[in-house]
Amino acid sequence: MAELIQRFGKAQSFYDGYTRKGIEIETTHYCPGCGHGTIQKLIGEAIDDLGIQDRTIFLSPVGCAVFAYYYYDTGNIQCSHGRAPAVGTGVKRTVKDAVVISYQGDGDLAGIGMTEIIHAANRGEPITVFFINNAIYGMTGGQMAPTTPLGQITQTTPFGRDVARDGRPIGMVELMNALVPPVYIERCSVATSQGIIKTRKAIRKALQAQIDGIGFSFVEILSPCPTNWGMSPVKARSWMEKEMTHHFPLGLVRDTISSSTGKATSIPYPYLDDAQLVELLTGSAAVPLLKDDIPQVTHKVKIAGFGGQGVLSAGELLATCGMTEALHVSWLPSYGPEMRGGSANVSVILSDQEIGSPLVDHPEVLLAFNGPSLDLFEPKMVSGATIVVNSSIIQRQVERTDVNVYYIPATDIAKNEGLLSAANVVMVTAYLLISNALPLETLVRCIPLVLRKKSFLDTNIAIVNKTEAYVKAHPMEKQ
Amino acid sequence: MNCRLMKGNEAAVYGALMGGCTHFFGYPITPASEIAQAAAYYFTASGRTFLQAESEISVINMLYGAASAGARVMTASSGPGIALMGEGLSYLAGARLPAVVIDMQRAGPGLGNIWPEQSDYNMVVKGGGHGNYANITLTPASAQEMFDFTKKAFQIADTYRMTVCILSDAYIGQMMEPVEISGPVLHGQRKEWAVYGDKASRKNLISSIYMSAPLLRKHNEDLQQTYLQVAQDITDYEEISVADAEFVFVAYGIVARICHSVVQALRQQGIKAGLLRPKTVFPFPTAALGAIADRNIPLGVVELSNGQMANDVDLAVKGRVPVFRYLTMGGETPTVRELLTAVKCDLAESKKGGPHG
Amino acid sequence: MNHVRVRDDECKGCAVCVSVCPKNCLVMSGKLNVKGYDYVQFVHAEACTACGLCFLNCPEPGALTVFGNKESSRDEL
Repeated sequence: MAELIQRFGKAQSFYDGYTRKGIEIETTHYCPGCGHGTIQKLIGEAIDDLGIQDRTIFLSPVGCAVFAYYYYDTGNIQCSHGRAPAVGTGVKRTVKDAVVISYQGDGDLAGIGMTEIIHAANRGEPITVFFINNAIYGMTGGQMAPTTPLGQITQTTPFGRDVARDGRPIGMVELMNALVPPVYIERCSVATSQGIIKTRKAIRKALQAQIDGIGFSFVEILSPCPTNWGMSPVKARSWMEKEMTHHFPLGLVRDTISSSTGKATSIPYPYLDDAQLVELLTGSAAVPLLKDDIPQVTHKVKIAGFGGQGVLSAGELLATCGMTEALHVSWLPSYGPEMRGGSANVSVILSDQEIGSPLVDHPEVLLAFNGPSLDLFEPKMVSGATIVVNSSIIQRQVERTDVNVYYIPATDIAKNEGLLSAANVVMVTAYLLISNALPLETLVRCIPLVLRKKSFLDTNIAIVNKTEAYVKAHPMEKQ
Repeated sequence: MNCRLMKGNEAAVYGALMGGCTHFFGYPITPASEIAQAAAYYFTASGRTFLQAESEISVINMLYGAASAGARVMTASSGPGIALMGEGLSYLAGARLPAVVIDMQRAGPGLGNIWPEQSDYNMVVKGGGHGNYANITLTPASAQEMFDFTKKAFQIADTYRMTVCILSDAYIGQMMEPVEISGPVLHGQRKEWAVYGDKASRKNLISSIYMSAPLLRKHNEDLQQTYLQVAQDITDYEEISVADAEFVFVAYGIVARICHSVVQALRQQGIKAGLLRPKTVFPFPTAALGAIADRNIPLGVVELSNGQMANDVDLAVKGRVPVFRYLTMGGETPTVRELLTAVKCDLAESKKGGPHG
Repeated sequence: MNHVRVRDDECKGCAVCVSVCPKNCLVMSGKLNVKGYDYVQFVHAEACTACGLCFLNCPEPGALTVFGNKESSRDEL
């Protein structure tokens, strides 16, 4: 006996006693003859032999394997039903050197978790998925699974699985094979010793692919559930061999591990340190507040027109001007029921006081870019309000007599400078000039901060100057 | 001081990065999509992780996985998406994983519409999934607070091992205001309970299962104890003109901003109104409301819902003072003038010894 | 001689190892362990080749341990 050595024995990656189980800590919770036990032993052995016990994070599913964390002396995460591939995605993208094993049953993976497995596979997440197919819901007591063969009697198919009602058993290996990214796809069985030996090799190959950073691997393992099939463990294995392998043909479906150059990595952006991060976030657009003497103003402005007239950016320009003068400002785009009637609009408030409601229900200022906007807001203006009318487009006069109105052919002025889209700059300029709300130099300084196309800067400044000339030539008549 | 004019949605992403968040998992939904879009740019450009998932269910489980591995994680969505995350929120609570979830509320039920409502209050504040758990819930009312609250949320989440929800609304997300990008960049520390795929963390288990009823009872009791501690530590609110008030509004988010204007308008008309604006609704400012009730001051809850927060106000004041409700549903917001009229009417009724008086 | 150690209390009596052993070295003991399972018994040590099939089929991590001589490596499977 002295020369004998242990050739097969309990894996080191299993706990000695399963204390998390609480009772009967020397044995698993699996029924006699359960395939889970056999498969988990093969995985445990592989973890030992590949030397990855410390690196392994084992994802327990919902189903009979829900308690896999009782057994594996590895990192463990228990997942909700079917979501292990999403959980694994989160894990793997956080700790890239971890070896993530997603161990899932047929209800978990092929039923409730179909979305998660398909998309994790299609992203080529470099994780290893073991799909245990025993054609039944075991934990809940033997209901039909997506993989239950036609005709099979279960608790929810008491007259047998009916193709017309229940459809056909799903072939997950075949589905996986429809996706490009997986590098290794195989279906094995633990019905026979020969099958177990093949399964053992497939498990190692799938884990090695992850260790090498190659990509997503998927091993489906046909597994017996003697209890819910109502068979002895031995009979269950012969039934598997006869019936299940007929529905689920065994074999290697894809192995591109050796030809893969590793998972296609996305464009690498280096991890920015604190200073670089702040630089990225504040950047060149950081705006210093220039003033201590804050203008004593409150303007509740509505800017309205049709989409494409630069209404929103006119508001942004005005708000930015206010901000650089150390005013409180708010900018609220048309959003909600008021957006009816072809009028895009934005509410801008400039104030030396803290701004309460950013909504402008009753504007003090209206920059009306088109007819419908004037129609919509003219009745809502407060008494004594100011309305700037784009007379290039709006043909009618303002009807209210209790407001100040300034007509300016904004679109024409912009068009004459060759930049039709800058009518919004004309309108804002005109408003600042007639209201004296903020100095024109502030506007000129803020245009580059808001302008999307920097090459138009000179034209925009020219338009400000033209507008200034127009307003000087056409002073507003006070009501 | 450096300020940038930005939307509340964008400010949340700035706050997240300054708060040490390294992983953003998202799924598009109006009116929260801009958060995912900004995250897609800034998280990627700064070498952090952004991933668009296949569904909100996957999103919340990716958060579960990355948080299990010790990362500071977040997502952003709106009501329909948060509802889908309900299961995952419960698992996060059960497994005591820290995460940050932003809900830019839109109107419901069902698809409803994309305009602002505050009808996710019960879902978010009371948990959203099954079990005896709660989410810490912060309620910003400006773009600056979207930045500040998101930034500090990660520290709070780590401290209590809880999900911190930012309960906001479409207006706060869409509105641009100056935001000061302030303070040092924060970072998460290594967590002794997390699973890093290394020797030191090998014995760790992330799980919400307790097969022993006494152990699950203990777990639940520990959670409730944590919630009590949270209430002591981080309850936050702003009081505007409450000291001499004869009537106090209670409102959060965009409605608090509207109420602020109503308070000013009422005071111009000689009515001493005030505003209590919760900045946290879990924990709820029960004591502050109780103190107002002790002064026998009537309250007015203004809310874009069927009174979900108003019920919590009722619980806080226990019938001691009238709690008027100004409720708007469907995506509209009350105007300052409408509220002014309604409140003056109710106050007059109240003084005559009306239904509440 | 090669040897299979059976931990009686870890065996659930599923009999799969009995059915797969090519040399019929394992039999049901006919005795019940503390949990009430009829556990297996190793017999015919002279016939055992330490092939490991009993171990690999067995669903329990530690119920069976296979001892053999040094020469044969288990990777030959």
